[in-house]
Amino acid sequence: MRQSQTVLRIRGVTKRFGPLVANDDVSLELRRGEMLALLGENGAGKTTLMHILFGHYRADEGEVEVMGRPLPPGSPRAALDAGVGMVHQHFTLAANMTVLENVTVGTRPLFSARLRQGAARRRLADLSARFGLHVDPDARVRDLSVGQRQRVEILKALYRDTRILILDEPTAVLTPQEGEQLFATLRLLVNRGLAVILITHKLREVMAASDRCVVLRHGRVVLRTATHETDADTLARAMVGGEVPRVGRRPGEPGAEVLALDGAVLCDDGGRTLLDGLNLTLRAGEILGIAGVSGNGQAALADMVSGLLRPQAGELRVHGRAVAAPSPAGMLALGVGRVPEDRIGTGLVGDLSVMENLVLEIYRQRPWSRWGLLDFSAMRRGARELIARFDVRCQGPGAPARQLSGGNMQKLILARVLSGNPSVILANQPTWGLDVGAATFVHKALMEASRAGAGVLLISEDLDEIFQVADRIQVMHRGRLSAPVRPDEADAAAIGLAMSGHGDARSEAARAS
Amino acid sequence: MEAALIVPLLAAAVQSGTPILFATLGEMFTERAGVLNLGVEGMMVVGALAAFLTAQATGSPWLGLLAAGCAAALVGGLHGVVCLHFLGNQTVSGLALTIFGVGLANYLGTPFIGQRAPGFEPFDVPVLSAIPLLGDILFRHDALVYLSFLLPPLFWLFWHRTRPGLALTAAGEYPRAASAAGLNPVALRWAGILAGGFLVGLGGAYLSLAYTHLWTNGMTAGRGWIAVALVIFAFWRPGRAMFGAYLFGGVMAFQLRLQASGTDVPSSFLLMLPYALTVLALVLSALRGRGASSSAAPAALGVNIEPEG
Repeated sequence: MRQSQTVLRIRGVTKRFGPLVANDDVSLELRRGEMLALLGENGAGKTTLMHILFGHYRADEGEVEVMGRPLPPGSPRAALDAGVGMVHQHFTLAANMTVLENVTVGTRPLFSARLRQGAARRRLADLSARFGLHVDPDARVRDLSVGQRQRVEILKALYRDTRILILDEPTAVLTPQEGEQLFATLRLLVNRGLAVILITHKLREVMAASDRCVVLRHGRVVLRTATHETDADTLARAMVGGEVPRVGRRPGEPGAEVLALDGAVLCDDGGRTLLDGLNLTLRAGEILGIAGVSGNGQAALADMVSGLLRPQAGELRVHGRAVAAPSPAGMLALGVGRVPEDRIGTGLVGDLSVMENLVLEIYRQRPWSRWGLLDFSAMRRGARELIARFDVRCQGPGAPARQLSGGNMQKLILARVLSGNPSVILANQPTWGLDVGAATFVHKALMEASRAGAGVLLISEDLDEIFQVADRIQVMHRGRLSAPVRPDEADAAAIGLAMSGHGDARSEAARAS
Repeated sequence: MEAALIVPLLAAAVQSGTPILFATLGEMFTERAGVLNLGVEGMMVVGALAAFLTAQATGSPWLGLLAAGCAAALVGGLHGVVCLHFLGNQTVSGLALTIFGVGLANYLGTPFIGQRAPGFEPFDVPVLSAIPLLGDILFRHDALVYLSFLLPPLFWLFWHRTRPGLALTAAGEYPRAASAAGLNPVALRWAGILAGGFLVGLGGAYLSLAYTHLWTNGMTAGRGWIAVALVIFAFWRPGRAMFGAYLFGGVMAFQLRLQASGTDVPSSFLLMLPYALTVLALVLSALRGRGASSSAAPAALGVNIEPEG
C-alpha cells in the first residue's frame, strides 16, 4: 500500500494579485509513484500554484503539506529540504559552470568549507547510471544541448533526494525524440516511487504519460479526473471553457516566387556557421512552415529576411529581384512584414502608446505626418479602426504598449503588419506563450493574409502549429533546410528525425530501444 | 652590472605593484559575485586615510590595516544598498562612489597633510632573502607584501575549492540558479561587495602605511582605476592579476627612476605611461578575447537581481 501514500496535499490555496485572483481555493493531492498532469491555458494559474509550492510566493489563504507535514510558506530552502524539486521551463543552470558544480551548488550548508567533490562525483555518476541520464559531469553547461541541460536539471533534483518533481512545460524545447526519452525517464522515476507533477498544455503528452489530470481555468480547478477515464477533447474543452475553435485548412494555390534565398551563408563573429548554404523559396499565397529546435539558425534566417543581416555568400531575392544591400527599411519598402520572435524587445516599444506603435514603420508617410510633424488625430483615428478590427484589448490608442497582455501585444503587431498589406510575412514563433484563443486568432490572421495573396514564412518550434497551418513544411537543422513536404504527406516521426539531424536521431532511437 | 640595475627595479615593481594587487583582487572578488563596482578608487583612498588616522591614533599599523578594510567595505556598502536593494544602475553608482570617496578623503584628510604615522617597515625573510637575485626582489619587503603573496593562491582555492566560493560563483554567473538551489543571491552579492571592499581597503592602507608613512591628498593617484582595468586584463583570474599588478608596478617604478635620473623626456610624458599601458592592455586583452566562445567575465556581471516571480 506504499503506492497510495499521499506525499503532497494542497488545501484551499488562494492567491490574489491586486484585483486579480490567480488561484481561487485550489486543492489537490499527489500520491507516491504517480504522475499528475496540471493543465490550463496561460494565465490559468498553474505557474502561480507551483511558485507557491516552491516558496517563491506566499499564499493568501490555504496551506501546503509535504509528507504529512505543513510546509513553511515563502521559503524555497524549506521546499527543497522537504523534497520538492522543480525543473523550470527556463533552466536555472549557470552556463559557465560545470555540470557537477551546477548540481552541487547549495546542497550542503554553506559554511562547510570543503567541496568534497569526490563524493559528489560518485553520487552523480550513480544517479546517472541508475536512471539513464547520461551527461559528462565536467562539461560546461554552455556546451550542452537543450535536452542534455534538462537532464542536468533532473539530476540536480534527484541529487537532493527529491520526492516530488515538478516539470514546467518540459517538452517545449525538445525534439519529439528527446521528448520520448524524457517520458521514458519519468516513467522510470515514477516506478521507483517518485511523485511527478507535469505542467503542460500538450494534450497528447498528458494522455500518453499521466495517471491523473487536474485542469485549471481562471485560477479554479474545473476538472479532476483519472487519465484513462477521459480523452483529449474533454480536457481541451475544460481548458478553454467551451468548444475549441478550429482553423479551417484550404487547398493551396501557390503563385509566383515572392521571397527566395539561394545558397545563403552566414557565420557569427566567432566563426560559427549559422546558415550553411541555405535554399528557400516562398511563393505568393502559401504558408511555408519552418520547423526545428531553436538555435539551428532560425534567428539568423529571420534577421536576414528582416534585412538586419546580409548573407556573406549567396543571394536574397524579393519578387525575383536580388537585394544587394538589404536593410530593415529596404525590406519594408519591398513589402516584407515582420512578426518578430521577441514581442517586447523587438516587436514593440513598450513605453510608446498603442497608436505610436501602430505607425512605427510608416510614420514618415502621409497622413500620419506632414512637414515633419506627426498628426496625432489621424494616428488616433487609424488606431481606433485597427484596435476594433484586430480586437486589441487595451484602454485606448494612448495606452502604453507594455500594459498589454502577451496575446494583445501580438494582435497589435499583427495589426501593424497586416494593415500594410505586405506581400511577404515573416512570422517567427508567432504564438509562443499565447493561450489557445489568442493563438487561434493569430493562425486565422496569417491564413487570411495568405489567402489574400501574401507569402507567409512561419518559423515555429511548435510542430502542432506547423502541421495545422502550413502548406509546405521544411525542417531547419544546423543552418540547413530539409526538402519541403506537404503536411498530409509528412508524419511527425520523420519530421522529428530531421529535427535532430538524421544520424543523431537514429542513434538516439537505437539507444532508447 | 646589469643585475645591479634590474634587481632594484624589479624589487620596486613588486613594492609599487602590491597596492594595485590588493585592489585588483578586491574588485575581482566583487565582480565574480556579479557586482561591477567602479568605486574602487574612492574606496581605496578612504581606506588609505582610515589606515593612516587609526595608526596615528593607536600607534598600531595592524589596527590601521583593519580599519582600512572596514572603512572601504563600509563605503562599498553604499554601492550594495543602491544596487542590491534599490536596483540602481551599477555603473552610475560606482562612479558616484569614487567621486564621493575621493571627496570625503580630501575633506577629512586635509588637516593631516604631511603628518607621519607609524607604518610597516621592511624586514628580510630569514633564509629566503639569501637566495641570489630572487631573494633581493621578493623577500626584502614589509609584512603586507608577504601577505599579498599568499592572496592569489588563497583566492583561487576559495573560488574553486570551497562551497561558499561555488555559491558566490553561481550568484555571479546566474543568480536564478543560486535561488533555485535555495541560496539567497542578494546575500551572496552582499558578501562579495563587503569582502571585496575589505581587500580594496588593504590596498589603500599599503599606500599610507607602507609605501609612504605619511598622508597626502589624492595618494591613490588613479591606482583604483588601474585595478578595475586589470580585472579585465586578468580575465578574472588571480594569477594573471598578480602578473598584471607587478607589470604596472614596474612601469610606475621605472617612470619614477627615469625622472630621478634627470632624463630629457618630459615628466608629464612619463607620468602618462602607466595609463597608456592600461589602455594598451585593455585593447590587447579585448582582441585576444574576441571570438573565443569562452567569455571570462561572470555572465551576470553588472546585471541586477530582479525580484523573483
